[in-house]
Amino acid sequence: MKKVSQIQTLIIDGKEVGGKSDESILQVAKENDIFIPTLCYLEGLSDYGGCRMCIVEVKGMPRLVPACTTLIREGMEVTTNSEKIHNYRLSILALLFTERNHICSACVSNGHCELQTLALKLGLTHVEFPYIFPKMPVDATHDRFIADHNRCVLCGRCVRACHEVEGAHTKDIMGRGITSRVITDLKESWGSSKTCTSCGKCVHVCPTGALTEKGKSVAEMEKRRQFLPYLKLMRERR
Amino acid sequence: MNFEELHEIAKIENEKRAQFEYSINVCVAAGCMSCGSLELLTSFKKEIERRGIENWCKAKGVGCLGLCSAGPLVSVQRYDQKSEVIYKSVTLDNVHEIVDALTGEPVGRLACSKEMSFFKNQQKIVLENFGNIDPEKIEEYIAVGGYEPLYTVLREMSPANVIEQIVKSGLRGRGGGGYPTGLKWTTVMKASGNQKYIICNADEGDPGAFMDRSVLESDPHRVLEGMAIAGYAVGADKGFIYVRAEYPLAIRRLKKAITQAEQLGVLGRGIFNTPFNFDIKLRLGAGAFVCGEETALISSIEGSRGNPRPRPPYPAEYGLWGSPTLINNVETFANIPAIIRNGSAWFASIGTEKSKGTKVFALAGRINNTGLIEVPMGTTLREIVFNIGGGIPEGSKFKAVQTGGPSGGCITSDYLDTPADYESLTKLGSIMGSGGMIVMDDTSCMVDVAKFFVEFCMTESCGKCVPCRDGSAQMYHLLSKITSGEGNINDIHMLEKLSDLINNTSLCGLGMTMPNPVVSTMHFFKDEYLAHVHDKICPAGVCNMKRGGRK
Amino acid sequence: MSKEIKQTSLKEDRRLRMVDRTMRIYGNEPHALIETLHAVQESYGFIDTDLMQYVAEKLGVPLSKVYGVATFYHFFTLKPQGEHTCVVCTGTACYISGAKAIMDDFAKKYDLLPGETTKDNKLSLLTARCLGACGLAPAIVFDGVVAGKQTPETVSNTIERWFKNEL
Repeated sequence: MKKVSQIQTLIIDGKEVGGKSDESILQVAKENDIFIPTLCYLEGLSDYGGCRMCIVEVKGMPRLVPACTTLIREGMEVTTNSEKIHNYRLSILALLFTERNHICSACVSNGHCELQTLALKLGLTHVEFPYIFPKMPVDATHDRFIADHNRCVLCGRCVRACHEVEGAHTKDIMGRGITSRVITDLKESWGSSKTCTSCGKCVHVCPTGALTEKGKSVAEMEKRRQFLPYLKLMRERR
Repeated sequence: MNFEELHEIAKIENEKRAQFEYSINVCVAAGCMSCGSLELLTSFKKEIERRGIENWCKAKGVGCLGLCSAGPLVSVQRYDQKSEVIYKSVTLDNVHEIVDALTGEPVGRLACSKEMSFFKNQQKIVLENFGNIDPEKIEEYIAVGGYEPLYTVLREMSPANVIEQIVKSGLRGRGGGGYPTGLKWTTVMKASGNQKYIICNADEGDPGAFMDRSVLESDPHRVLEGMAIAGYAVGADKGFIYVRAEYPLAIRRLKKAITQAEQLGVLGRGIFNTPFNFDIKLRLGAGAFVCGEETALISSIEGSRGNPRPRPPYPAEYGLWGSPTLINNVETFANIPAIIRNGSAWFASIGTEKSKGTKVFALAGRINNTGLIEVPMGTTLREIVFNIGGGIPEGSKFKAVQTGGPSGGCITSDYLDTPADYESLTKLGSIMGSGGMIVMDDTSCMVDVAKFFVEFCMTESCGKCVPCRDGSAQMYHLLSKITSGEGNINDIHMLEKLSDLINNTSLCGLGMTMPNPVVSTMHFFKDEYLAHVHDKICPAGVCNMKRGGRK
Repeated sequence: MSKEIKQTSLKEDRRLRMVDRTMRIYGNEPHALIETLHAVQESYGFIDTDLMQYVAEKLGVPLSKVYGVATFYHFFTLKPQGEHTCVVCTGTACYISGAKAIMDDFAKKYDLLPGETTKDNKLSLLTARCLGACGLAPAIVFDGVVAGKQTPETVSNTIERWFKNEL
């Protein structure tokens, strides 16, 4: 039974906007050209709420809320950017940079990386926390793709795309906390996976250079994901 | 099963009990069992048989007697005079003289004084049957009035009536948050859906807490009954108990209790000849603290990784397999039968204005009487630690009491007169939590304690959200630096900044509250932090300082 | 020799039957994954990849999910355990009452860190996040039996007796 969505009006950053009651703050903001930074969110995949980049202030709510998973309500007053929120976002980004080995100059996604773009856009000039520099493996066993765990931000997009859109569920996350890692099947090499269809969706939803195509130059490694919303719609209509 | 049959069971059981003049009750909860109480029980039984006194004296296993540090505990009850002697640290060698002393004077050197505040100053609701009934026998639970509240509810009360009683009682969630139970039940009752679920959260993950384990081991039927009442009130016919795999005894007793309840028909289909059905299944945890969080727990029951998801939607509306789900903690459910039996007014008369009833606390650490206690809400920490808890072992000095586990904080001697209720503890930067209280003396270094909790949270973080996953690792790194004598004042500022970040931006309760032990120790023991960074000294002598200072 | 092999396969069979039974109780539904992994660990002592594959097929759960779940929960171990296991409780009460000294002793005497097994496969050291036996801190589980108020000396006594086959 689908609930009938109603039109609700709310204020985002002082601007009066409207949206449907089943839409999130993020969706309504996007429709109205209001920028909210995101990383784990991707249109066409389920909402995850993990990266915390899209946190916003809602008047009357005691805590900051993620815009991607919070539905709009009539009369809501949202602030998408304040000094406080901005500083939190910078710190979260900085934490992400310390977690693995994000060396842009040596990355094939240099220039097409969402992490890098966010850092530039938000003005992250320095990282105050010490780098952890873990030793992470690179899996180049697949004939078309490479998984470089040094660049992974654990946003879970590849896992969701593989499960929700492709339906293979070849990828998942193992372990927990700081030691979590994306795996293929039973932590096997990607090249020997019997469940992977080599569709490449995971590669194209990956925000960074963690999943890339083999043989592409830095200039060429642009990700294409225009198929996602379309596929989602088609899947829903089956 | 009908009311007469229930009464018949109680009558038979009580008559059976009345045959015996004496009952030797040996604690068979996990604590005393690990000190050999099962062998002790066997030995008592043999001794009774050997002497041929089995027609007026019997020995049986009972639930936790509370004073775990002095186990194995044995309570000798005399029915005609209704008197009781509790023996502590009983060994196989003492069996003989304890049986000898049945008809004479108690064995003085083994007996706990009745005047001991540990026993005198408690008020037991949840623990009322502890030390009295055999947890593996449903008949004994029925004999003390068990399952009568369920009967009353099913035959005489409407679901709305039941919820009204719970609302009026003022009961709040005993798992930590203190959310009003009645309100939660109301939301689930009102939620639309043909299938609803009841979940009992027995994933007692706070290190230093063992209230729920004891309740499940000592009086499992009480929890089953509370769940069934909740099921009737909100319209659910299926219940799950999510229990830690680290509690094998609790699991065994629960399994047994569920089977017995099903056999007698107090669980299952058409309970007490009403249309109400209620089944309870066990689900085992597998060592993940984060699964105490409602949405992570649900994910775990569904067979997945215990990752929390953003709320709303709350489980009350969208829970297990997408259905409205009521999740309460063990102790919360254990209060329900008593509230139905004695009325909401009675319950609301106990405790403080905003925190009603009693609270079970697990006392541990550097305190004389470690064990399980139950006191009215609002009892001062001083009363709990120094009177009931018997104070600190001789020769050392009280430093702090830690409440709320990894989500809580430390409370110093200046604040010992604070009443233990939800609001007062929160005001001090700690939380009530599930009821673990760890007492520390001057042999504990508070920076080291903070590091301990941060390490705990770092390894327990599910890794889904960035602030908790990476922030905890950074905080652990900083605290390791400070406790090895390599820290500087900037590290302390950075700890403050990370605490604020993690608290404000994490996805779930684990992350949000993770900085509490750090913030709290930095507030109350700033000088210890400064000694570590400035003078490279660990005042308690715990940390291994690499550079300068003494150990 | 042939008799020995036959006995092992029979034993294997019995262990697998227990796993199968658990899955059947839950109707071979995907949500039985954690309960099934418990059964695997209980019958085999650990969870190896062949069994993960078996469970994945039987329950219709993706391989990567089985691995993800098995590694998320710390109660599960993917490595075989030694003849004897020692689980040191590292809950708060045990920590401040000396669990750390016991762990240090393991490192010193047996060259063991948590999660490791001695080279001769005799002894495994594990840790638990609070056994709920805080009243008896520090607590240790020796081959499934909880013992309270332990010190490095009492622990090594028990272990030495294991090694001498006295227990």
